[in-house]
Formats: sequence, structure tokens, C-alpha cells
Amino acid sequence: MARKIVVFLIILMSFLLQCTFFQWLALGGISPNLLLVVTSSFGFMRGRKEGLIVGFLCGLFIDIFYSDLLCFYAFLYMYIGYANGFFHKIFYREDIKLPMVWITVSDFLFSFVSYIFLFLLRKRLDFPYYFTHIMLPEVIYTVFVTLIFYRLILWINGKLEQKEKRRESKFV
Amino acid sequence: MTKVRVKRKPYFTLPSKYVLLLMTLLCIGVMLITFTTDWLTGPMETVGSYVVVPFQRGISKVGTWFTIRSDKMKDRNELSKQNEELQARIDELTIENNELQQDKYELNRLRELYELDKKYSSYEKIGARVIGKDPGNWFSVFMIDKGSEDGIAIDMNVMAGSGLVGRIIQVGPNWATVRSIIDDSSKVSAMALATSDRLIVSGNLELLNDGYIEFGQLMDEEDAVKEGEKIVTSNISDKYLPGILIGYVSEIHKDSNNLTSSGYLTPAVDFNHLQEVLVILDLK
Repeated sequence: MARKIVVFLIILMSFLLQCTFFQWLALGGISPNLLLVVTSSFGFMRGRKEGLIVGFLCGLFIDIFYSDLLCFYAFLYMYIGYANGFFHKIFYREDIKLPMVWITVSDFLFSFVSYIFLFLLRKRLDFPYYFTHIMLPEVIYTVFVTLIFYRLILWINGKLEQKEKRRESKFV
Repeated sequence: MTKVRVKRKPYFTLPSKYVLLLMTLLCIGVMLITFTTDWLTGPMETVGSYVVVPFQRGISKVGTWFTIRSDKMKDRNELSKQNEELQARIDELTIENNELQQDKYELNRLRELYELDKKYSSYEKIGARVIGKDPGNWFSVFMIDKGSEDGIAIDMNVMAGSGLVGRIIQVGPNWATVRSIIDDSSKVSAMALATSDRLIVSGNLELLNDGYIEFGQLMDEEDAVKEGEKIVTSNISDKYLPGILIGYVSEIHKDSNNLTSSGYLTPAVDFNHLQEVLVILDLK
């Protein structure tokens, strides 16, 4: 139960920060994708199922307020979370390089799919422009923010896991 | 159907691929429902208004406090220089104002004559604060802190200063989202103020960084529309009230069909520093 509440609060805070705080810190109109960092981190830290649920909730927040189609972003984030869950087996807490790679790839995929569905289908064909002016800056900014934000998520998750372990041993 | 699925979710007993399958079906179902009807969005918006909006208001208040602080710390020299400039501008404007006053009397007389009581200045407006922005980098949608409880409804026009900002696309009890005219998917039917030639103004993400918006389909056979021409919303638009300033023509060229023209506008509103907006409560 504690985990559910804490994870929900993390998602809520990330959404709020992304909509307000990081919009002021936007560089050249580009802001980082915090919700994606949360989704992928929970994917590879906790496995496919939790990644999927966290991703769904992250996307749902965006859908309720800023999307024409309910569940579009939820769908996208859900698959990102699920896909990151496949790396759960080769995930080690001490290593930060591999998580960075996964988050980078996830953000690229996310932007690319967004581009296809939201822009390409409306005849916006200039892919090189969108790649260099929107996707690439977003990924770089996101990776930069990840350096700090990911450690925070990792630390919270560590605390939660400790607590869960203690409780389990109490029952035995 | 959907109720059963939602109930199963929290138990975490299914293998993850089945959960994924069920959730995928749920998502596709919801997407189809919201694409065709809007009975699902209502409750969601209400829930959102209790969970998210209070926090966003708080954060934006803190943010405004910081902006005011940093503004105060601006260099004194800069301020005194600005003061001089403004003083000169006041003189300029006073002269202009006098002329306009005279024109106004004439206008009032003529207006009474023509019984044109429904005018731009008589629209009922309400002020609102911008409290959040679209989290992605693709669109220019933002959230304001007034909603249906304050009388705001979908498709109402939003202004800032003297220019058009956009229109309301979604309303909750205490919040609403606005799609600005610089948004890539926004299109506005407009006309040139002097000649009443009609045109279509559309946002374009590729021009956003240069501060322009696109326009096209301008039927202007005499080439009367020049750079610097004022562009306002047209009287045939079904969403926008007529005569609201959109921006000024900054570049214009003939299309290859030799009939229509297109080019770029400079919007009248500074979209990068939008903090307060006015929502016009009259619907077209």
C-alpha cells in the first residue's frame, strides 16, 4: 500500500513539475520529459508489470488535461514502461550507464512515435527539422535531468524495497 | 465490460503479457469512445480538477513571486533608461490620444447612427492566470485557472492585451485549457483589416522559434495587402468573434498558382511571456 501511494505521488509531482517548473526552465522552448524518466525507471527497476501500470498512469495525466484523445499518451507510455521491463533482469543498482542508455532510447522512440501520429499524419513531412529542433534537444535535456532525477527515484525505490523486506521477515 | 477489467488490475495475479493485452484493449476502447463521443471526458476532468489544479495554482503562485523578485533586481541603469524611453512614448501617445479622442466622438455618433452596438469593446471578459503548459514539446496548449464555475465554455475566445491568443478547447470545473493560435494544429479564418480580403492563419511548429505564424489562401488580386498590414479575425469564422487583432504581415509572396498569396505574420501577443489572459464570455 505504501508503495502504491508513494509511486502515485512521484507521478503526480513529476507531472506538476513538467507542466509548470520545467516550462519556465525550458531552453529554446524545449522542456525535458520527466514522466518518461519515471516510466522507464520503474520499468527496469521493478519489471514489466509495474512499468506498464506506472506508464499508463503517467500518460493518463497528460491525456486528461492536454490531449484530444483520452488514453493516447497512456497507451504510448504503457508500452514504453513494458518494454523497459525486459531489462529488469540485467539491471544493477550501482550501474548508471545502462539506465541512461535505456532512457535515451525510450525518449527517442517516444518522440518518434509522437511525431508519426501527431505530425506526419497531418502532412508535416519535414522530419529532419523536427528531429534536430524538437527530438534531439528534448532527449539531451531529458538525459541531463535524468542524472539527478533518476538517482532520486532510485533512492526512493531502495527505501521502499527495504521496508517491504523488513515486513516480510517479520511475518516469517 | 470495462468494469471487470479494472477490478482485476490491482491483484497482480495475471502474467504481464496478459495485463498488457487487456490494458491495450482498454486503451483502444477508450480512444475510440473519446474519438466519437465525449461522455468519458467529463468525469475525468472533474477528478483532475481536484487532484492536480490546486497544486498547479500553488506552484504558479510561487513562480510569479520569483519572477517579481527577479524583475525587481533588474539593473537600475536599465530602469532609468527605460523610464526615459517611456516618457518619450507617453508624450507621443498623448498626442495620438488627443487625435483618437476626437475620432471617438465622431465614431460614437456614427455608431449610434448605424446602431452598431455589438462591438469588440462591449464584449464581456474575465481575467485568468496561466497555471500550466502542455508537458510535451509538440503543441502550444496551456491551462488557465478559471473553468465552467466561472462561466467559461468550450470555443470561447482568449485574448491577451489587444491580440488574440487562442480559444478554449477543454473545460473542467475550475480549469480550462487553451489552444493558442501558434499551435501547429490551429487554424483561424482571418481578414486583412484595410481591404477585408479573407485568409487562413495557421500555426506552424517550424516557424515557432522565429516568432512567426503562417498564413495562406489570401485572395488579393490587386496586391493591396502589404507588409505591416493588420490581420484580424474574420466575420465568417464560426469560432472566433470578428475584428480581434491577430498580428501584422511581415512577409508576403504570391503562390505558384498566381491567384492566392501566402506568407508570415508576427503575432500581436508575446506568447513566450504569457501570464494573464482575458477570456471573452460571448460565444459566436
